[in-house]
Formats: sequence, C-alpha cells, structure tokens
Amino acid sequence: MYTLTTKLKVFAIILMVVGAVFTAIGFLAVPADEAAVEEMLAKEEAAHGGAHGETHQVGEDHSGSTHEGAAGDHAMESHDTEDMHMETGYVTDNDVAHADDAHTTTPHEAEDHAGSHAEHVYHQLVNRPWSAVYVACFFFFMIGLGVLAFYAIQKVAQAGWSPVLFRVMEGISSYILPGGILMFLLLLVTGLGLNHIFTWMTPGIDDPTSEAYDHIVAGKTGFLNVPFWLIRAGIFLVGWNIYRMNIRKFSLKQDESPEGNVWYKKAFKHSAMFLVFFIVTESIMAWDWILSFDPHWFSTLFGWYVLASMLVSAITVIALVTIFLKGKGYLEFVNDSHIHDLAKFMFGFSIFWTYLWFSQFMLIWYSNIPEEVTYFVTRINDYNILFFGMVAINFLFPLLILMNSDFKRVNWFVVTAGIFILIGHYLDIYVMVMPGTVGASWFIGFPEIGAFMFFAGLFLLYVFNTMTKAPLLAKGDPFLGESKHFHY
Amino acid sequence: MATHKIHALYNDDDVLLRAIKQIREQHYHIEEVFCPFPVHGLEKAMGLADTRLAINAFLYGIVGLAVATVMMNYIMIEDWPQNIGGKPSFSYLENMPAFVPIMFELTVFFAAHLMVITFYLRSRLWPFKKAENPDVRTTDDHFLMELDAHGEDIDSITKFLYDTGAVELVLIDKENH
Repeated sequence: MYTLTTKLKVFAIILMVVGAVFTAIGFLAVPADEAAVEEMLAKEEAAHGGAHGETHQVGEDHSGSTHEGAAGDHAMESHDTEDMHMETGYVTDNDVAHADDAHTTTPHEAEDHAGSHAEHVYHQLVNRPWSAVYVACFFFFMIGLGVLAFYAIQKVAQAGWSPVLFRVMEGISSYILPGGILMFLLLLVTGLGLNHIFTWMTPGIDDPTSEAYDHIVAGKTGFLNVPFWLIRAGIFLVGWNIYRMNIRKFSLKQDESPEGNVWYKKAFKHSAMFLVFFIVTESIMAWDWILSFDPHWFSTLFGWYVLASMLVSAITVIALVTIFLKGKGYLEFVNDSHIHDLAKFMFGFSIFWTYLWFSQFMLIWYSNIPEEVTYFVTRINDYNILFFGMVAINFLFPLLILMNSDFKRVNWFVVTAGIFILIGHYLDIYVMVMPGTVGASWFIGFPEIGAFMFFAGLFLLYVFNTMTKAPLLAKGDPFLGESKHFHY
Repeated sequence: MATHKIHALYNDDDVLLRAIKQIREQHYHIEEVFCPFPVHGLEKAMGLADTRLAINAFLYGIVGLAVATVMMNYIMIEDWPQNIGGKPSFSYLENMPAFVPIMFELTVFFAAHLMVITFYLRSRLWPFKKAENPDVRTTDDHFLMELDAHGEDIDSITKFLYDTGAVELVLIDKENH
C-alpha cells in the first residue's frame, strides 16, 4: 500500500495556495474600466516611442483600408479581427446595422463598435484570468480523461504488459471526478454570463435587430446554445465518471474473487462500450469546449487533434507517476521494459499529434481559403513564438530524445522528455483557447502560472490520495503474471 | 595439419539455448549456429554485439532530408521561383509546408532503402550467391552448431556435447574438403 507522505501533501497544498493567490492577483490586476485601459495604452505608446505610434495611427484609420499582412504588431493587435471579417465574404450581412463599417463583426467587436480600441483591449484583459483558469482546468482534466481512455484501450486490447500499471492509471484517472466537477462549474458560470470568454454566448447575437448580431453564429445557434451545451457537457461528464467508478469497482472486486474472471469479463465489456461512447463524446467535447472559442471557424479533424494531445499528455503523466512511485520503492514489480513501453507510446503519440497538427495546418495553409485561414493568421501574427515553439517542443524533443531504444530505459531521459511534452501540450491548449478570448493581449503571467499551479496541486493531491486507497498491484488480473515478467 | 570442426545438431531451440550456455561456460569456441527460424535470446546467449543498423538508418534518414531540402530549395526557390497559384516562393521557409510531404517521404525512402542495402552488404546476400548451408535439415527442423575443435581433445568434447542434448555429432576434418 502506498502512503501519502506529508512532504507531498504539503507541496501540493502550497502549490494550490500559491496558485490561488496568483490567480486572484490576476483577477485583481484587471483594469477597472476602459478609461484605465486607455491610460495604460497611452503610457505604453509613449514608452515605445514614435515608431510605434506611427503604426498605431495606420491601424486607427481602419474604416477603408484592408492592411494586408500589416507588419506593425500593434496595428495587427487592434484590427486583425476586423481584417479577417472583411475576408470572410459575409461583408454585406451587417450593412443595414452598420452602413458605415463595411464588415461583419465579432461579438467582442460589436461591443467595441461605438467605442474605441481601448474598449476592445479592455474586454480582452477582462477575459484573460478567466481563460487562464479555463486552460489550466481543461489541461488537467484532459490528462485524467486521457488516462481513462488509455486504460480502457489496455483492457480491451488484453495488453500483457500493462496490468502492473493499472492501479497507477486508476489513480490518475480518478482526477476526472473533481476535475470534471470544476470543469462543469466553470462552464456553468460561463453559461450564466459571469464572463465573456465564449463570444457565441453574447446576448443578442442571433437577433437581427441587435447591434451584436452575427449572421454566422446565428446560423449555428441550433447547436451552440447555452442550455444544450451545458446538457451535453453534463451527459459527457456523467458518462465518463460512471465508467471510471465502475471500472475501479470491478478491478477491486476482481482482486477479491479472481475465480472465473467474472469481474474481469465485466470490465472488458464495459471498457469496449466506453471506448465507443468516448470517441463520440470526445469529439463533441472538443467542439464544445475548445473549438467554439472560434465560432466562425471549423475543422473536421479537430476532435482527433485534441484527442492526440490528450493521449500523449496522459501517457506522459502515467510514465512520470510510475517513475516517481518506483523511485520511492512502491512498484518493485515494474521493470525498465515497462518504462520503455510507456516511452515508446510517448514517442509514437507525439509523432501522431504532430501529424494531425501538420495535417490541419498544411491543408488550410495550402488552400488559403479566407474563412478558414484566419484561424492561423491570428496565431501566426499574435502568437508566433508560442505557436511554432510548441510544435518544436512537442515534436523535436520527443523525436530526438526518445528515438534511441536505450534512452527509453533511462529514467531521467524519460522524465526530461515528459516535462517538455507536458509544457508543450499546455501551450498547445493555450494556443487553441487564448486567441479566441484575449487575442493579442496575451501574456504568461500571474493568472496563467497561478491557475496552472493551482490545478497541478489539486491534481497531485487527489491522484496520490486515490493511490493510497488500494494496493498498487491489481493482483486479480488474469494477465498479471505475464505483465510482471514482461520483458522487451 | 588438420583443423577439426564439430557439427552438433539439436532438434529443439530450448535445448540449443541451454547447450550454448554450457558450452560458453566451458570456453569452447562456437563458430556459427544455423537455425531454421529466429530463436529469441540466441544472440544474447552467444554474446554477440548489438547491431548498429538502426544508427545507420538514422544517418541515412538525415541524408534523405538533406537531399529533399537542397533539391527543392534549388528547383523551387533559387533556379526558377515562379508564382504557382500564389504560393510564396521567396524563401524556402515561407513555402515549406508544401515541401514537407516530400521531405518526409525522401527521409523514409533513404532510411529504408539504404538500410536494407547495408543489411545485404553486411550479411553478404545477393542473387546467385552460393548458399552456405552445412546441412539441409537446418532450414527445416534442425539446429546446427559449428564448434572449433582445434587443439581440443575430441573424445571429451564429443562426450560433453552429447551430454548437452545434441542428437547428432559430425567431426569435420578441414583437409578433406
């Protein structure tokens, strides 16, 4: 039996407290109103000097020009959303409401219309701490869910190597209960209108007489409406949690009465059904929770792309936790061949993620259809370093570190690669979410780091607490003998 | 002077592996082992060095990547940078996504083919090569071990081999061949 050490407990609690404080600082640091933002921008401009001011002027005078690929980053910051909507081909839709502005508006922009650049930036800054919490919350939830899916795959595939790791996987996947509750609360709060991170929730967005009317989003309200969206989220979370509770129960019962493998067979059937449920719900979850940050954009492989991110981070966490527990002497039946297998999965799924990332990027880059390409235009303009940096981290590091078969058996190599993979996939989620909520006003500061620390602390505390609840060896599993002697 | 070799035949891979361990403990020199199929753990039991074929493949892959990059950079960017459907041919990096499929395929192509050719050269395999099979049964159901019996006492070594489970022992005198 594993016992939770006070050291780990204190570490996790410190992470949570410091993270909560940082997040609170992030919320408090939001400027009070537009006037404050205006002042801030003026100060910034003065500090940056004349050259910056010039580009800004070009940007300010936006009503007639198109700024194709405007180089001044500040100009892009303030007006790229407008540029992109000129390109969408829906130019005429809002002509009645806004005859003077020859473009459709995003909801954020609609608020911005009468106002100024400062108002636009103000809304982005208000969104920032919320988005930071959202990204961190989703990232850790996704790890728990990915581990659950991997666990189900191992059960259904009757894998002979992994049963010694089942309790580790059960421990990590237990996080989907608290993580799922927090995720749902966050969605609920958003749905109730306490923040504006989802532009499609803007009131009046489907009302042609409203200033916030968005023709494109209005056409999607059959799917993208708050009640249906929350119901879907609820069904998914309940479904995943039911499977996780059942599979844990079956696993413990199989330990007590292994004769006839009754519970094992039951777990097998449940896992097969779960995988079918999972692949459908995971796709829809990716559309609902991530893709709808950009309600004008769509991509068919988005669900798999999120799935790849999810699985690679999940397997990485399994490897890291296994190495940690083995280092503490709790998993004497795990040998370096198990680590080698996990590292192979980390390597393989990193390549798979890169394949999907590139497939999505290259198809859109190649055809360059305006209504699709805006997604990458904003990311390349405003998030250049993060966007390409995370591809390098998620592809090159695992590729070069984990290609050698011997390195995959060396714990510190796997841990190094794992840390890079986790940071890279946090940034991946960050780059998926942030451009739709804070646009160019992003920064990795107090709320981002704070939220990450808070959820990391919660994750560690809950996961390792679950590990103490059952022996770390699933002794009733029919494949246990094979798994203990697994050798590659 | 005659050099002696002994061919010891086995009909089970487990017996063979155990025999190899015993023989190596006695410090007899095993020249070669012929098997009808891959026996797991044979190379470890015999103490053979690991293959470096994977390292070769990695280097060949880098060569393939370089070939693809240099080729397309010369053709598409330097030699004749046409505007083809609005693709930016001002620099390699700007048009790179379009080149990635070729870069990937050539990397795989070079890595795979050159590695296979390396394997053939290193294992001396080619069409019309004379087969080096000491006993036709080794391609079907027998395992044959070739021992260097030079300077050993033939009687004691045959006795020892017989005890390890060999089903048939052949003494080969090199001068007769």
